[in-house]
Amino acid sequence: MSLELQVGIIVGYLVLALVIGLLAYRLTERTAEDFYLASRTVGTIVLLFTTFATLLSAFTFFAGPNLAYLHGPEWLLVMGVMDGLIFAILWYVIGYKQWLLGQQRDYVTLGEMLGDRFGSRRLRGLVAGFSLLWLFPYVMLQQVGAGTALEALTEGAIPFAAGAGLITVFMILYVVIAGFRGIAWTDTLQGAFMLVTTWVALAWVLAIVGGPSAATGTLQAAAGEHLALGSDYYTPQFMLSTAITIGFGVAMFPQVNQRFFVAGSKEVLKRSFALWPILCLLLFLPAFMLGAWARGLETGIDPVAIQEGGNVLPLILAEFTPTWFAALVIAGAMAAMMSSSDSMLLSGSSYFTRDLYRPYVDASITDRREDLIARIGVVVFALATFGASLYNPATLFELGDAAFSGFAQLALPVIVALYWRETTRAGITVGIVGSQVFYLSSVFLPMVPRAFGGWSAGLLGMGLGLLLTVGVSWLTASAPAEEQAIYFEGLEAD
Amino acid sequence: MDSLERVGWVVGAALFCLLGVPWFLWGDDTIVAGLPLWVWWHVGWLILASALFWLFAQRHWGVGIEPETDRDSTASEGDAFRTDGGGAQ
Repeated sequence: MSLELQVGIIVGYLVLALVIGLLAYRLTERTAEDFYLASRTVGTIVLLFTTFATLLSAFTFFAGPNLAYLHGPEWLLVMGVMDGLIFAILWYVIGYKQWLLGQQRDYVTLGEMLGDRFGSRRLRGLVAGFSLLWLFPYVMLQQVGAGTALEALTEGAIPFAAGAGLITVFMILYVVIAGFRGIAWTDTLQGAFMLVTTWVALAWVLAIVGGPSAATGTLQAAAGEHLALGSDYYTPQFMLSTAITIGFGVAMFPQVNQRFFVAGSKEVLKRSFALWPILCLLLFLPAFMLGAWARGLETGIDPVAIQEGGNVLPLILAEFTPTWFAALVIAGAMAAMMSSSDSMLLSGSSYFTRDLYRPYVDASITDRREDLIARIGVVVFALATFGASLYNPATLFELGDAAFSGFAQLALPVIVALYWRETTRAGITVGIVGSQVFYLSSVFLPMVPRAFGGWSAGLLGMGLGLLLTVGVSWLTASAPAEEQAIYFEGLEAD
Repeated sequence: MDSLERVGWVVGAALFCLLGVPWFLWGDDTIVAGLPLWVWWHVGWLILASALFWLFAQRHWGVGIEPETDRDSTASEGDAFRTDGGGAQ
């Protein structure tokens, strides 16, 4: 009975997402700009929630509460600073400028924006290439996560490959049919759903254990050290390295960066900017406090099992709430996973068609044809990551795991280019390649350490990228094809 | 915008992010209303962030990005007009 109920809730949810995609389809125009960016017409609520749901993957739901359970609620501070503050400021610093440039010059991808300014097809291809290198394994990991979660939830009734395949097919369907508009609408549903279910879950558990003071009291008895700020795990270096690299990395993740282009007006951006920190807080506080409090509650959960890859949130819900509600929250986690992956598929496909296929294979492509190739790109990308997820090769796993820091390497060269007129093509190219090579070698080469004095290699790589971009720009002259004025002159607001 | 003003905005933003973690409460485990005091600090800080971002969006939106002349056009044109008018009289 409960198995059927759980599967029913999840399939029902998938069908609902598909219906929303079909509704959105009725509004689509057959152009690449509409498919990728909903023709830059997105309003405040949809922009807020689509960014929110895209940014937060299954990680918020599973790994976040796990960390709070194992090491204490400091994870709330790390995520709050990373997403609520650093990302918000980058949304202005990078995002608003990108939005203005996109309005003016019809850019759809980051690579296009950089390639145009620096008069360089190679730079455009390079940015797309490095982005796809990190994006592909990250999408694969999301499929691995979905397959594993469904298999665990149904106690093997839906095997891994079938679960991951089911999610992949649904995503392909509504992304190919409705493009960005469909994704943004389902994201809005998914984001709201995540918020509501998390608060209800928290209220439910607290009502049973007797409120926050009682829950904190039992945590004090079980693991009192979790209530003091900082620990051997949460060192200042770890907290800052993580918040900074992931915060900057998120802004360069294709599916988030592309959202910088989609706002319908400046007012939409202003309102989203102001509401953003509170929206983050509203999700992080209940999700991570629930994980932290779970440590002190009388449950059958064994910390060793969580350490070894179990998830605390489904376990605590199973303990305190009825099956249908626990299944709803798992569907919420699935929603988080899908709302990130579908956007990644679309952005991955746009980076491929705009920045690799068009410049290198067929420059004379029509809008209509690009729209078709973009859709084919989504299918190919999704099937390829699904295929890889069945094998989950170690190299791809490591790449996916390191993706946030990998994307973070792009952020500072891009910011320098956006704000410093003297940036040269050689400077930004060396900055991007140098920091990527350094960071990749820290992931794969044993002789390059992953941390230096507690500071992560990702953070140091960012510093290296900054130094190289500024230093090489300073030493070189701009190439004849560069158009320095693009980022600085005539940026009108309306 | 001169470089001093630009440095001011950058340093201000960095400090604001940094203070999302109450470093001065390091090791502190005071509980207030069922939650550690440092959690309350963070909650308050993010609410403050929303308020400040709203203020920024109202008053300074475009700083460092849009050309100064565009952003301040109403104020400065008005001033210039007044000066000219005064001279004619």
